[in-house]
Amino acid sequence: MACSLPTIISTYCSVVLLLCTHLALCNNGRKVGDAVDTEFSGFSVPLEHSFEVDDVTTFRVRGALVLKPGRDPAVSLSQTQLSEEDRTKLKEVAAVDGLYRVRVPRVSLQADRMTERQAEGYLTAFVRACAMVESHLSDVITLTTDVSGYLIGVSIVTLPGACRGSEVEDEVDLEAFNTTLSVMAPGSAPGPETALFIERLNVEMEKKLKNPQEQKSFFAKYWMYIVPLVLFLMMSGAQDQSGGGASGGAGNGGLTASGCDIPLGHRRGKVTEASSLIFPFPDSSSSR
Amino acid sequence: MAISIITGGFSVFLLCHFAGAVFEDQVGKFDWRQQYAGKVRFALFDMHVQSSKKVLMATEKNVFASVNTRTGDLAWRHVDSTGPEGNIDSLLLHGQDAVLVVGDGRLLRSWDINVGGLNWEMVLDTGSFQAASFVGHLDSVRYVAVLKKAAISLHYLSNGHQKWLENLPESDSVQYQAVYSEGDGEVYALGLVPNSHIYIVAFSVEDGEIIKQVTVEAPWLSDLGANCVVVGQGVLMCVDVATLSLYTLDLHLDSEMTQIPLQTLELEVSPGFQPVLTSTQPNAAQAPLSEFFLQLGPEHHLLLQLKDNKVVTLRDFQPSLLVSFATTGEKTVAAVMATKNTTACTIILYSADSGRRLLDTTLIFTMEPNGGKPERLYIQAFLKKDDSVGYRVMVQSEDHTLTFMQQPGRVMWTREEALSDVVTMEMVDLPLTGTQAELEGEFGKKADGLCSMVLKRLSSQLTLLQAWMGHLWKLFYDARKPRSQVKNDVTMETLSRDEFNLQKMMIMVTASGKLFGIDSKTGTIVWKHYLENVPANAAFKLMVQRTTAHFPHPPQCTLLIKDKDTGLGVLHVFNPIFGKKSHITPPSLPQPILQSLLLPIMDQDYAKVLLLIDDQYKVSAFPSTKNVLQQLQEMASSIFFYLADPSQGRLAGYRLLTDLSTELLWEVVLPVEVQKILFVKGKRGNEHVHSQGRVMGDRSVLYKYLNPNLLAVVTESTDPHPERSFVGILLIDGVTGRIIHNAVQRKARGPVHLVHSENWVVYKYWSSKSRRNEFSVLELYEGMELYNSTVFSSLDRPHVPQVLQQSYIFPTSISTLEATLTEKGITSRHLLVGLPSGAILSLPKMFLDPRRPEIVTEQSREENLIPYAPEMPIRSEWFINYNQTVARVRGIYTAPSGLESTCLVVAYGLDIYQTRVYPSKQFDVLKDDYDYMLISSVLFGLFFATMISKRLAEVKLLNRAWR
Repeated sequence: MACSLPTIISTYCSVVLLLCTHLALCNNGRKVGDAVDTEFSGFSVPLEHSFEVDDVTTFRVRGALVLKPGRDPAVSLSQTQLSEEDRTKLKEVAAVDGLYRVRVPRVSLQADRMTERQAEGYLTAFVRACAMVESHLSDVITLTTDVSGYLIGVSIVTLPGACRGSEVEDEVDLEAFNTTLSVMAPGSAPGPETALFIERLNVEMEKKLKNPQEQKSFFAKYWMYIVPLVLFLMMSGAQDQSGGGASGGAGNGGLTASGCDIPLGHRRGKVTEASSLIFPFPDSSSSR
Repeated sequence: MAISIITGGFSVFLLCHFAGAVFEDQVGKFDWRQQYAGKVRFALFDMHVQSSKKVLMATEKNVFASVNTRTGDLAWRHVDSTGPEGNIDSLLLHGQDAVLVVGDGRLLRSWDINVGGLNWEMVLDTGSFQAASFVGHLDSVRYVAVLKKAAISLHYLSNGHQKWLENLPESDSVQYQAVYSEGDGEVYALGLVPNSHIYIVAFSVEDGEIIKQVTVEAPWLSDLGANCVVVGQGVLMCVDVATLSLYTLDLHLDSEMTQIPLQTLELEVSPGFQPVLTSTQPNAAQAPLSEFFLQLGPEHHLLLQLKDNKVVTLRDFQPSLLVSFATTGEKTVAAVMATKNTTACTIILYSADSGRRLLDTTLIFTMEPNGGKPERLYIQAFLKKDDSVGYRVMVQSEDHTLTFMQQPGRVMWTREEALSDVVTMEMVDLPLTGTQAELEGEFGKKADGLCSMVLKRLSSQLTLLQAWMGHLWKLFYDARKPRSQVKNDVTMETLSRDEFNLQKMMIMVTASGKLFGIDSKTGTIVWKHYLENVPANAAFKLMVQRTTAHFPHPPQCTLLIKDKDTGLGVLHVFNPIFGKKSHITPPSLPQPILQSLLLPIMDQDYAKVLLLIDDQYKVSAFPSTKNVLQQLQEMASSIFFYLADPSQGRLAGYRLLTDLSTELLWEVVLPVEVQKILFVKGKRGNEHVHSQGRVMGDRSVLYKYLNPNLLAVVTESTDPHPERSFVGILLIDGVTGRIIHNAVQRKARGPVHLVHSENWVVYKYWSSKSRRNEFSVLELYEGMELYNSTVFSSLDRPHVPQVLQQSYIFPTSISTLEATLTEKGITSRHLLVGLPSGAILSLPKMFLDPRRPEIVTEQSREENLIPYAPEMPIRSEWFINYNQTVARVRGIYTAPSGLESTCLVVAYGLDIYQTRVYPSKQFDVLKDDYDYMLISSVLFGLFFATMISKRLAEVKLLNRAWR
């Protein structure tokens, strides 16, 4: 595979959907609280998490999301490391296949006044606690906004995402979060590409006009082949009139036979078109 | 495992091969269409010739149609625009002209009823319509009077021109409700100030001059139209329930109203019943008859006569369900329908002027066991040769059925007008024949001894042999008869699965609450079942809980009927093949239902489990046997569901807990101030995807993102301004709530139609910037490598798929959108687009491919990608329903058949159209005109030639040996 995927897509496809993903700096610092709102002229909202053995949700602060409103919203996260107690609890929750939940309040990244920023309620998401443990707390949190800058959803996934039951040393691996944070604003879906298409048509038209060779008729282009052929046929026809007629009949017969063949060929063509991509595909057993 | 064959280099060649049109001789072979008109509002028999066989109907669906009374087929039909604009206010019939008032008095139209052509059309002045009537002059009907809120106008019947238009006096306070004329050169407009007085204005027919204005005290009257009729020589007759009396008023004299208490006639009104008066005016140029009906109770009618200002009782009909007048020639008869027993009614004619019963006029109307009650009676009376009156009758029932009968009770035809409003449908496989089922059953049962097994096997083989012989005999017998005589009646016995499963049972749910089982091959209605007490605004959801594959358990369908206002639901469980209500009692649902979910897990009787989530987020299961509950407990942690609340813009995901309660897992909130959720659409459960990837030009594979839990959420901006409006598309994983894709189509608005299947989403929107309809396609790919190729889990897919998108201009607006579906998903997909013109377009998905290149390269040619063109073509051979247009198509249903190449399609709206489509042509079927004779004769010829030559060779060898 010589080409990498993005090159192929950009070659083949007119539109690669660009999600306006703003990767933000992640402060995986051990200290929280300081350096929050000084360099950003933003505001901070708590990022809360909950993991309980009995699956009763009790959210506690995990860190602070510092949001910088404006045209180009930026987000950063500062969070503490897990305490000894939390580490053991997380492992216990993972052992019973519990859930690790996060939530953020509904805020707007655009509104100017503080009062308008916050709305009622929270946005929640979850991941399996075992995945959290086995990925050594490396998670990817994505905040999704709508056109007006309101947060509409939050998602959390871990990397790697699977639970394999591998052993984890809590001192080394479960201390600090290794979080990648991003904000996903809605991208603009493309409309029909008329301008490019017309441009291409014009270029082709121009090419045709510039190259008068192309405009020549069939006969003008290939007269040097046709004239000898006709001459040859005339010569041979003059020699043997009746024989020529007979061979013409045979030729006709041949033509009809091949005409019969065409539908079959079509059908084959169609089969291949239908099954041009045949792969074993297991029934996608859903988790639903 | 099939071999993947990659064809290259002839993408342009392939383009010529999408033609799916039918040949002339195939018309009607695989498809059928049924046309409907809707629930009848007005129906009139064509009486202008004695031998006429037409009934004219104006319906609630804004359709004006003529039905042949011999066959019940539509002779012609005019479909007007939906909504109040095309609403038919009034239908009048004179001779061969039918006059219609349409759209709250907006238009006055006259139709020629013989051919259904428009005679003339007039645009009327604004003003809400009140009443319309013919006006006769000098013994012939020459005008139409149209009464509006503030004006009355008179139009010539011959050309529609306005003769005069007059404003009504004091129209601010007086509500004019009726117009009356008896051909004496005057037109009366009858108005009312509720609970105060009646206001009568008489106009001259000639010039519209007001001849007189009369005010009559009537403090007890609140509605003129509902309580009053004109009988006899211009006598206004009203009934008042408070004083239990009749009031009469002579319109020609300026008098007071005369009160006639019902007690004096020795009559009694059923408690709580509003009495109803019915009169008849056979000829608009003459006064109405002096006989009239008075209904005093739900099953009590009286035929009364007004004679010298006195009311005389001609006949008392008790019990009597429905009554109706009918006129033929000079004779007017009264038809009375009475309940005979629980299954039948009798209709008897009486002479209107004497109340005498006419001999030999009894007609028995048998009610269907699961039908609705008769609602209205339309009588077509005619004079027999001996001058006695004969009649035919059309009965309209609650379930919108029309039954046309003649004496002594022979049903000539029935029309199921409920089918003009199909809400949802499903297709169910037909059961195996008895013998097939027996064979299946043999393998299904547990082994019980060697000897009995052998015996059972032998007996089933014998029955199979017997069935086969019978089949052969039938074939032989049928072959001798001419083709037209071979009956293909559909009965319960002949309903069995064909070898390719092309014939299925269509279960259609209509808005009126009537369920139908229709054979998909012929369109015959096999069963019907009317559900009473279905609320008018009900939402229906039909689910197939058990298919026919589990013999001997009967198939089972469940219909969830939910009142949209209260959210309370009812379950109706039935057998989809026979329509019988199941003996299983469904659980009662005391709480409003938020969501229903059909799980793939089954109980011990192979019925899929239906989960119902109520507004307390508690879950109830149906069936809820011990086995099911145990399974649910085991699987609880992997059963997720979502709820969408468009009013709050909230989407939430829940998980089932072992005690059948739920816990909230995720929440996504779309602020309602910015955008509102239009709909949420998942994938179809029975969809198969055959290939997991696409082969690229360089032989590498681009893997599809096939998330079965993916939901497409469509939103529309609340701001309607064309510059700021947008349509939003969110792709959300239904288990984790993760937003996979978030995009807005700017300067766009609805209506949005969307299809979500495999790894793609196709939607159509209106671009308010360019003022055109546009299609957009989204495809999701995992990339060059699969994350986990064995199993898909929403909880373990950390990488966001790549989303490719492209948009196209579509030259017409659309009514509905659906995708074809086949058994294994090998066949290429087509989109079925229902157009407002009634055509159904089969659009190859190949044209909606975001990888269509702008610049053609060697690799894209290798992949058979069509070069990008912004405009989507519409080719006439893509119309799968040739000239069989489906009026007001509202939905398309697709179902796979047993043949991989074939997909069954049903389009419904006002009409129903069923056909088959072959998106990749019929690659697994021999053609219709395949020459069996030729191939078999060649085979036999070759066989005999070998035999003979072998024999000859032997002889030759022998001869040589002797030499």
